[in-house]
Amino acid sequence: MSLTPCYHCGDPCDKNSINFDEKVFCCNGCKTVYEIFSENELTCYYDLQQSPGAIPTEIHGKYDFLEQEDIIDKLIEFGDETIQIATLYIPHIHCSSCIWILENLNKLNPEIVDSQVNFGNKTVRLTYRTDKISLKDAVILLSSIGYEPYISLENLETGKKKIDRRIIYKLGIAGFAFGNVMFLSFPEYFEVNEFWLEKYKHLFRWIMFAYSLPVVFYAAQDYFRSAYKGLRSGLLNIDVPIALGILVLFLRSTIEIMFDLGSGFFDSLTGLVFFLLLGKFFQQRTYNFLSFERDYKSYFPIAITKIEDGNETPIQVYEIVEGDRLLIRNQELIPVDAILIKGDAMIDYSFVTGESVPVMKQSGDKLYAGGKQISGVIEIETLKTVEQSYLTQLWSNDVFKKDKEALFANLTDKLSKHFTRVILLIAFVSGLFWMFYDPSKVMNVVTAVLIIACPCAIALSAPFTYGNLLRIFGKLKFYLKNASVIEQLSTIDTIIFDKTGTITANNKSEAFYDGIELSSEEEKLLKSTLRGSNHPLSRSLYDMLEAQDIVSLSSYNETPGLGIEASHDRSLMKVGSAEYVGIEDDMEELNTEVHISSNNKYKGKFTFFNSYREGLSRLFNSLRDDYHLAVISGDNEGERKNLEKLLPTSTKLIFNQKPEDKLEYIAFHQKEGSRIMMIGDGLNDAGALAQGDVGVAVSENINVFSPACDAILDASVFNHIDAFLSASKSAIKIIKWSFFFSFLYNIIGLYFAVTGRLEPVIAAILMPLSSISIVVFTTVATNYVGRRLVKRNKL
Amino acid sequence: MSVIYILLAISIIVAIVFFAAFIIAVRRGQYDDSYTPSVRMLFEDELVKDKSDKSIETNKD
Repeated sequence: MSLTPCYHCGDPCDKNSINFDEKVFCCNGCKTVYEIFSENELTCYYDLQQSPGAIPTEIHGKYDFLEQEDIIDKLIEFGDETIQIATLYIPHIHCSSCIWILENLNKLNPEIVDSQVNFGNKTVRLTYRTDKISLKDAVILLSSIGYEPYISLENLETGKKKIDRRIIYKLGIAGFAFGNVMFLSFPEYFEVNEFWLEKYKHLFRWIMFAYSLPVVFYAAQDYFRSAYKGLRSGLLNIDVPIALGILVLFLRSTIEIMFDLGSGFFDSLTGLVFFLLLGKFFQQRTYNFLSFERDYKSYFPIAITKIEDGNETPIQVYEIVEGDRLLIRNQELIPVDAILIKGDAMIDYSFVTGESVPVMKQSGDKLYAGGKQISGVIEIETLKTVEQSYLTQLWSNDVFKKDKEALFANLTDKLSKHFTRVILLIAFVSGLFWMFYDPSKVMNVVTAVLIIACPCAIALSAPFTYGNLLRIFGKLKFYLKNASVIEQLSTIDTIIFDKTGTITANNKSEAFYDGIELSSEEEKLLKSTLRGSNHPLSRSLYDMLEAQDIVSLSSYNETPGLGIEASHDRSLMKVGSAEYVGIEDDMEELNTEVHISSNNKYKGKFTFFNSYREGLSRLFNSLRDDYHLAVISGDNEGERKNLEKLLPTSTKLIFNQKPEDKLEYIAFHQKEGSRIMMIGDGLNDAGALAQGDVGVAVSENINVFSPACDAILDASVFNHIDAFLSASKSAIKIIKWSFFFSFLYNIIGLYFAVTGRLEPVIAAILMPLSSISIVVFTTVATNYVGRRLVKRNKL
Repeated sequence: MSVIYILLAISIIVAIVFFAAFIIAVRRGQYDDSYTPSVRMLFEDELVKDKSDKSIETNKD
């Protein structure tokens, strides 16, 4: 049976659907949003894109903290008595309808003067009249139409971010100078000895010189800086020969025009810098909307409700001190380690551990920071401040301060070490030769060698290959932090997986029944009993059981944390823990179980298993020949047997690992020379992800949560990891080939240089030609790899 | 032939004017978001349609 999708959010509508205005809605929330839009003549929202909406969330009291002046001050960009401007991050922004509705907010509330969406960053910039509405009103309005902004502790700290536009300026200047210099040096290419050209060529040359000044001293300064840094730490990185080339080009050209020796190489100089910057620009463009640097701050709320003498006041999370009474509402995150005082807690630790089944807690139990309360309101008493809590302390580990990219000697740098030496040697030898043969040409030859050998093509190979592959991976839902991750991926020899939430699917669990078969009457009663309960286990069991006619229960009684008792027609059913149902639990409780008894007779139990992601076996089997594999889990050994059945025997299975243990395990193997890729998901893997040579976070919804990592993998392509790894190996091959081509160009150029016949026109042809052909080659080759990746794996 | 000085001066001035325009555009953030404007541009029609809907309604009234 196919279900009609909801007109607003596109979710399949079940029996509880609502018909309104000849449209079907899955819930009241969606209908309300539609009503708001249709009242304000904004139904065009549904024409641009089908079912673009999201179900509005319950936010009662959640944004009370936005009434506090000091919090508002930190969140807004600009504010005076009448106008405030704030930029809010809205994860739901995903289509043109979203842009349209958010930019027409002033139709819903005329006090919002202007709203502008940045689709790439998933933000909306609101300008509103403060005398009429507050930031809180604006946020509530957004939430009520299903665009709830995401405000976390991180917003408070970073505040106003400055956008770094330097690369665009530099690229602009280099491109501008390149074009103009090209145009001015054109007459000289053809060596026409016309009278007026002879007369004005000095003027032309000095104008070219003027154009090249900002290029050398502003646009190219990063290369000088990086070369200087490299030399100081004894590294011959690729920027050393580049900086040398630029410097020699500039000095020689200046001397040439000063003493009227020739026209100089200003065209090649500006062109070179332009192409190099283009490569840099290409490599730098990554995903604005994803953050790879997240720590606990981006998960935690800004403020929380404190209870003092019966009054509820919002306070900032950093102001929480030991002993504070806090109120946690449904769907709110617990920011500190605490003790449960009042209410029934159902804590979802899936952000932390990846475990999707919530944990039941009773008053007096200890709650750890990072859990999300998912049933009703609770009161807790703080044990530790935010910084001292168990989870947040993980971030004080040194591993988070390490810059992985800087430590990694990449392919280009490795090559440039030899390259620079060879070039210097050639320059020296040819200089020596000309010293005896024709001393007047020594300077000419030596500088020509350094100019022509400037490794523009080599420097461009990696940025364009990685940059393009990065985009291809991104389209296939594997998002890398930066281009160097691809190279790191290709060198990996060990892959370590987290268990819960990584190799198991978060939203699915399976249950197997073990015991006396239930009669159809009993099945009916069981389903009806479960229907009334909000416990997550009841919910998932209810969804798993076959559809039954629902019978009306004559009695129903739920004991939180233990189980449910219900009766119908003189038959009594008890569902819950072993103790509740009245049997001795002989097994050590390793698995999540739900026991059932009918008329006080024990029937059996449902055992919940994490369901593993599809294609897991295939993935491990295809990886096992090339990589060492391990599964490392914070859970107990309950799943060991299942995993042993599923995975190749060479896979190491390690259980009962604390977050620090995972980190240590990786560090230990790295010391032994392994290069490790860690694949995890929860916050508790954050340390391991940072320690691994490549840390990959698996995420069911890439817009919402993922810990700090080098790459984010959408869960739907999890079973294609092997394909991504092999594609990154192909990238290395492409780069090696383009190195080979650049050498060919260099050899041709060196022939001219060593024989002392390097004319500016040859340099002006050879340098852009080599750069452009390398760019074309790498782009075509990576596109081919990308297409093969898609075809072979049916992505 | 000294007209070349004038021509050169003009060419440089024109080039610099465009360059300055580019720098100002970058500075004002026109290059920060290269996607949304391309979508926003297409919404002009939707807004007109919206208005015409209103006029139809007022006609009915």
